[in-house]
Amino acid sequence: MASGRSGTSPRPTAAPPALEVNHLTKRFGERLAFEDVSFTVSPGEVFGFLGPNGAGKTTTVRTLGTLIAPTSGSAVVAGIPLTADNGTEIRQRISIMPENPGLYLRLTVIENLELFAGLYGLRNPRPRIDQALEAVNLGARGRDLCGSLSKGLRQRVGLARALLSNPEIMFLDEPTSGLDPVAAREVHDLINELRRRGVTVFLTTHRLEEAERLCDRVAILNTRLRSVGRTEELRESLFSRSLAVETATPLEAPDVIFKQGTGVEGWRSDDPTHYVLNVSDPRVAAPAIIRALVAAGVDVISIAEARHSLEDVYLELIDEDPEAASR
Amino acid sequence: MRLDAGRLRAMIHKEFRVLLRNRFIIGTMAVLPLIFLATPMIEIFRLSPGVPAIVVQRLAGSTFLLLLVIPVIVPAAISAYSVVGEREQGTLEPLLTTPLRREELLLGKAVAAFVPSVAISYLLFVLVIVCAQLFASNPAVASALVQSSQLVGEFLFAPLLAGWSIWVGIAVSSRASDVRVAQQLGTLASLPPLVVVALIDLQILTPSVGLALVFGLVLLIADVLMYRVVSGMFDRERLLTGAPTRGRRSHSPVA
Repeated sequence: MASGRSGTSPRPTAAPPALEVNHLTKRFGERLAFEDVSFTVSPGEVFGFLGPNGAGKTTTVRTLGTLIAPTSGSAVVAGIPLTADNGTEIRQRISIMPENPGLYLRLTVIENLELFAGLYGLRNPRPRIDQALEAVNLGARGRDLCGSLSKGLRQRVGLARALLSNPEIMFLDEPTSGLDPVAAREVHDLINELRRRGVTVFLTTHRLEEAERLCDRVAILNTRLRSVGRTEELRESLFSRSLAVETATPLEAPDVIFKQGTGVEGWRSDDPTHYVLNVSDPRVAAPAIIRALVAAGVDVISIAEARHSLEDVYLELIDEDPEAASR
Repeated sequence: MRLDAGRLRAMIHKEFRVLLRNRFIIGTMAVLPLIFLATPMIEIFRLSPGVPAIVVQRLAGSTFLLLLVIPVIVPAAISAYSVVGEREQGTLEPLLTTPLRREELLLGKAVAAFVPSVAISYLLFVLVIVCAQLFASNPAVASALVQSSQLVGEFLFAPLLAGWSIWVGIAVSSRASDVRVAQQLGTLASLPPLVVVALIDLQILTPSVGLALVFGLVLLIADVLMYRVVSGMFDRERLLTGAPTRGRRSHSPVA
């Protein structure tokens, strides 16, 4: 369903998509926020939404959250068409945690959550509030004023608030922004727990390693959708597979060694003892390369498949885009 | 108008909690009425028994006028803070992501501004009458303060003026980018109805129960119209992004 270059189908499921977005566009007057964005998100999927500053990520989330009207295109959110009349019903089924949690600083943590429990129509909200606070390890801080909490703790209160209504879809905008590594890991654990419970998570993040670790699929947006797919699929579509070889001493005739029936399609060397070899199948090529090196009397320090990170994928896609380069 | 009682209750409850912990608002609610109360109280106590009736009537009129300034300026200070204050704190967006409808949000904020403002106005009105009855050296002052037209005017105008002031304040707050600017503009824009009150209280228009009722009806209509204007201009896209919704009908976040 993706309009991007390597759009792929989400993981197969019989259930209708949690999110279905078709050619969605938003303009503010002459300014284009995002254009012709199409993708689907399956129930229970953790979907990463990546892109440079100003790419339209937050506006997309606000649009899907019924805070902003799209200029054109359509979407179905939690099974409900995104129309003017369905705003309240959609918002009842989703929750959005903005990057700034936006807490009432003069109210306690519990008072903040009581407000939102009331707005979501939760009867007898106290057990749900306690559960949400326990889920973010804030059980003991319920009576603290939000103004007295650190940024990281406020972020966790924002997450607890997003959990309160037991939403079908959670939109998390930079949920680990400002958190220390331990707190960020707790948020990651929480997102994995949400996945186990079948909650669909729409995760906007700048932390590419976070997206790689947590997300079933990622979308890369740069006003237009550049790509959608599993990280592995994006890597394979963008980069040839390669082996990284380290030798004890520089090779005297690398061309001769690497072209002895080893399956190497090309190579480059970033420093005298490190070589990156393009191969079609690393499992087949690696033993042949080792044999060729040993036969040439070379001491091999290491050989491993070179993995391109999501960051490589992201930079490759964004660098191709002249608009991003100018941002 | 579709309202959910639970959401409205949650909104009102939150507004009261936030107001009661906002020192600036509490200070405004406490200090402004005292300032407006001080002058007439001093005049009432100073008035000697032998002064002409016209002087007594004028003092009663100006006292009521000052008392009716209170339900105008107190809610203006609260309601002008209501939207721009949320936006400055970053709490507006989370609020708009909930199922809360526009009417529930507006009424929640209005009730939280209305109740303390009218309560303070009535309380001070009763306080002035009681003090005049007990301590004024000229007994005619106490009689002038409890004339039927004045009583009807005070009890009728206070909530209606507060309503006008609240909707004007919220309207200004929805468009303003700064709390102080919103409060100054909101207070200023709330004052025009006081001109008629001033004409009545200063007896340029002859005070009567009928006149008070007619003006009360005009104020009620103005309040309803102003609510509709505020509701119509409550554009969440503008609130969040600064840009008004264009083109097709919007997915109102609080509709």
